[in-house]
This record gives sequence, C-alpha cells and structure tokens, in this order.
Amino acid sequence: MSSREDILARVRQKLGRNETNAAVARAEIDTVLAAKAQGPRPQVDAEKSALVGRLIDKSRAYSSTVDQVATRGEAPAAIARYLIGLGLPAQAVIWPKLADLDWASAGVIVQARAAQDADLVGITGCFCAVAETGTLMLCGSVDSPAAISLLPETHIAIVPASRIVPGMEEAFALARKELGQLPRAVNFISGPSRTGDIEQTIVLGAHGPYRVHLILIDGA
Amino acid sequence: MESRSHRFKENAAAALANPVLQASMKKAKGKFVDKRAIAIKEIDDFEGTREAAKQLRDRVLENLDLWLEKFESNATARGATVLWAKDGEEICRHVAEIGKRHGIKKAVKSKSMLSEEAGLNQALEANGIQPVETDLGEYILQINNNEPPSHIIAPVVHKSLDEVADLFEKVHKTPRKTEIPALTREAREVLRTHFLTADMGISGGNFLVAETGSVALVTNEGNGRMVTTLPRVHVVITGIEKVIPTLEDLSTLMRLLPRSATGQSISNYVSVLTGTKAADELDGPEHLYYILVDNGRADVIGSEFQEMLRCIRCGACMNHCPVYQAIGGHAYGWVYPGPMGSVLTPLYTGLENAIDLPHAATLCNQCGVVCPVKIPLPDLLRKLREKQTDRNLRPWLERAALKAWAFVAASPTLYALGVWFGVRYLKWLAGGKASIPVLSVAPEWTRGRDFPAPEGRTFRELYAQRKQP
Repeated sequence: MSSREDILARVRQKLGRNETNAAVARAEIDTVLAAKAQGPRPQVDAEKSALVGRLIDKSRAYSSTVDQVATRGEAPAAIARYLIGLGLPAQAVIWPKLADLDWASAGVIVQARAAQDADLVGITGCFCAVAETGTLMLCGSVDSPAAISLLPETHIAIVPASRIVPGMEEAFALARKELGQLPRAVNFISGPSRTGDIEQTIVLGAHGPYRVHLILIDGA
Repeated sequence: MESRSHRFKENAAAALANPVLQASMKKAKGKFVDKRAIAIKEIDDFEGTREAAKQLRDRVLENLDLWLEKFESNATARGATVLWAKDGEEICRHVAEIGKRHGIKKAVKSKSMLSEEAGLNQALEANGIQPVETDLGEYILQINNNEPPSHIIAPVVHKSLDEVADLFEKVHKTPRKTEIPALTREAREVLRTHFLTADMGISGGNFLVAETGSVALVTNEGNGRMVTTLPRVHVVITGIEKVIPTLEDLSTLMRLLPRSATGQSISNYVSVLTGTKAADELDGPEHLYYILVDNGRADVIGSEFQEMLRCIRCGACMNHCPVYQAIGGHAYGWVYPGPMGSVLTPLYTGLENAIDLPHAATLCNQCGVVCPVKIPLPDLLRKLREKQTDRNLRPWLERAALKAWAFVAASPTLYALGVWFGVRYLKWLAGGKASIPVLSVAPEWTRGRDFPAPEGRTFRELYAQRKQP
C-alpha cells in the first residue's frame, strides 16, 4: 500500500467513513467552496477617500513612505524626486507593464527584465491594495515578475487609488473576477522586510527591501 | 529530530540555573505579551473571529480525507506533484529523490517545523545536498552546530546579542559587530549568495488552500519569498492537518495568526503560491512538490485530542505560559515547546517518551485564553495525565502515594486522624519557626521553596471551637 493510501485509509477509518456519509460530506464541501463564507470583519469605511486615507495611515504604520500624485503620467517624476532625495541612483528595474511610462523625461534609467542581485531599485505596480492593513497585493505574471519587489533594497510601487479595496476578501474576489484563477505568485506586501530574531528587536531590511515607497495615483 | 523529552526535569533545572537564558527569557516575555494585547484590540469582534477560525479548522478536520483529496486534485491540476509521507524518514527519502532527479547541489530553506521533526538537514547532507537555513534565527542555529530551535516563531529567543556577535565573528571570520542591524546585514549578505545559487527551495506551509490548491506562506524577513521564487525547484513540506477550505478562510486566519504570533496586524509578506511558472514567466520555480506528512497526525483524528490539530503554530500559548517563560523551549526536548508542545510531543512521539510534559503546566489556562483557534490546552494536558495513569506510566511511588491518599480521603475518620497527626508533626518539625526549609517526605518540593509551618490545630478543630457559643 502506498503512503497516500495508508494515510488516507487511517484517516477514513478514524472518521468512520462509508459511502453514504462520504456522499453527504462531498456535497457539504461543494457547498462550503461555493459559499465562500466570510468571518467577522473589522469595520473599514469603503468610501474612496476613506480607503485612500486608511491605506496611507496603515502603510506608514508599517514603515512604508507614501507620495500622492494626480495622474499615472506624473509617477516617473515623483519617483525621480524620491530617489534623488535619498541619494539613490536614478536607475531601476521595472515591471514590463510599466515600460510605457515616460521614464526618460523624468531622468530615470529603467530596464524591464527579471531582477538581479545588483539592482538597487525595483519599480512595480500592484494588482490592488488592501486598506484594512495597508497592504499591497502583487500578482506575478509575464509582465509583472515577482522578484522585482524582492531583490532590490528599495521597492517603489505605483498604486492607483481606484484599486484600493477594504479587505483581503475583496482582493481575492477581484482576482477571481479579473484573472479567473490565482496566478502562480500572489504576494501581499506590508512595508519593508524585517526581522526580530535577535533579542526581539525589530530591524528593517532582513532579506527583502529596506524601503517600500508608495506612489498613490489619485486620478487612476 | 530525536526526542530528549524524557529528560525534562534535568533540562528544566539546568535552564533555571542558566543566567544568560534567564535574562533572554525575561526580555522576550513582555514584548510578545504586550504587543499581542495591543494588536487584538484592532479587531472589533476578536472573540467572534476566534470562533470562526475554530469552526473552519474543525470543518476540515471532520472530513479531513475528502478535503485532502480536494486539495490534491486542485494542486495537481495546476502542475504541482503531491507526495505523501508517513514519517520523517519518508520525508527525507522524498526530498533526496527529488534532489537526485533534478541534480540538486544546494537547497535554501525557509522555516519548516516538519523538517525539524524529520531531521531533514542531516539527510540532505548525506545525499550530497547542502542545506542552508535562511530564516535569521534558524541560520544562527545552523551555524552553531545545528542547535535546535527553542521557540516555533522566534527560534533563538534564548540567545543574547553577545552570543550571536561571538558566533558571527567566529563563523564568518569578520570583525566582531555588536549592533543588531549590522549583524542582520552581515547575515543578509551571506545568505543572499545562497539564495542566488541554490537550485532547490524548501519551505513549510502555514496553510494549504483546498479551493485553489495553493500554499500560503507567512513571513517577515522575505526569505520565504526568496526560497519560493528564485530556485528552479520548490518543495513544500507540511502536515496533513494544514488544509483550509477557501481564500475567505485564509483572510479570517490572517487576522489572527500574525496578531497572536508577533503582535502584528499582518506579517510583512503573505504569499499564496499556486502551481509552477509559465514558460514565458521571468521567475518562479519550474517544479513544485508538496510533501503531505502524517508523522502521528492521522492517529489523532477522531480521538479525544483531535482539537489539537486545529493549531496554527502561532506560539501565543508558549509566550503566555509561566512554565515556558521560566525554562525556555529547549527543556521540552523535542520540536514543539510550551503548552502546544506538551500536548503534541506525547501524541507524536509516544506518551511514555514524554512522561513529564503533560505535568509541565500549572493549568492556569493562559494558553487556552490566548489560543486563536480556541484549543482547550489545559483540558488536553489533563486528559494526557489521565492516560498516563490509566497506562500505569507514572512512577510507582507517586501511584502508591495517590492510592494511599485515595484510601484515607474516602474515610472521614481516617482523614481527620491523619490531618490531626500531620499538623502537629509539622509544627514540631518547624520548631517554633514560621516555615520548614526541608521536608524529608517531599525533598523535591522544598528544593526551591520553604514549606509554611501549620499553626498546630486542624481546620476542623478550629471550626468546632468557633461553633461553641
């Protein structure tokens, strides 16, 4: 008997499984999967300006920084200002999805490709953002590779205000609706990477970014 | 990992006498407890959320066989290979075979308690695969001669900054650093090279989502993301009890797990990973394997201990346990310390191999109160004690003493007589002092404290006296 059969057989025996109760249980499982019932939720005001306000507050509480611009076209210039302000090189690896923006005029040299160890700045968009906890939801795909938000020391994310949802439940619902099935990599990101392993003292920049900067697009 | 739980008493005594450990435990205690207390206030209906989490975990356990099949078919449909392992040895065999199939030389690991159960690192080395722990805490332990973790989410909570500084200086052969950010940076640089050159990533799994056939991974450091993004092969090793139904259920549990564990509203990274990379994708593993592990879990299903399988490994029970706070995690002797470990270790490694663990608790129910999935830990500990008694596993002296006690206590006359003699004897023993430093009938009890001397008359005598007008 394979280990699979052995383990399942023991579980079935312990549960007193037979054909009749299996049919009932299978129907129950289908009901649960179709119902997608939610647990109790903290109150999050779903009005647009409230969502923006909450995302900003919670992101800052998670040590991210936030800048707001009116249109998507203004993002490259805002990013250039941020990088210069920190004394960082105006050079970045970006999601291929963002290659249409006018980076040259803003003076940012960008490459749309897979992230490498030497990349200091990574620029991404996001699938959506969760106001409840100040969290970005990134979905990996051909034109939005996952490592760009991970390898560089600085991660900059462009977040359209229209893509802010109250909770994780709405984020998943949006993924089901727009993508059909979950992409290979869904990453919820809340601020820079951190560790508290040594004497429970929080240090920012463990293995991922030291800095996460949000460019919030009010008109998109 | 071989269990040393049978040596609990000696280990606990050594822990109490270790000043570095005591200082570290004292520092950690307040941080975990206070941060959790603040974080749970952000949830309007915390009790309701706990109840929902309990119910959704129970829902799966009650039909675990069918939920596992559902997860398996959905994961397989997305290109993953699902393997099953009865025990630690079989986990090691599977990983070694995967390693051979894909020509693996180096495996980077994010934290997996099951790989501790299996002793996987030694097996990898024996098969020519270099294992590298990448969680900062686990890495510190690995370079310190594979020391075992002392906490499920803060593996080096027992270590001081000085100890880590000494270790890095010795192992990395770099000038000694005493600032925590500098030490973290040094580990980051060492481990970054490993992330980029490893061909296999090994992770645990916080949850398996049946609806989508995904694994959910919760980390702060980002190592979990590295391990599951950069190498071309990803192996998930996780227990069969980790299945949850839907992404909505994951959302509910994510309100509880980080708050209960580290007092965070959410962990920095929550990754929901499904299947392998598409041909034209720029990153992600080409091969994904799940190893679903029994190692004692199937036998707990349907038993009076089934509630223990709801556990989501947050560590709140140990953070709030007065016994854990005093002795740290190593004394418990196996992978899981604290109250959850005191239940799991006897269940997974045998009641007779962890005879003291169900007694390593004051039954104060702090653990039961903070548990995010409402596991009645004190009840389970008490049931384990009953089982020990039923199977005559307790020491003969204890059994004889309890038999004698039961005999005496069942007879009011005998009891009154016994107590009458007892209080007079103890008063005489105290010789006019308020306490007795050493009791020869219970030397263990008086090793760490004095016995208060009785006043010389029993409660019944005093009561009878008062009744008279």
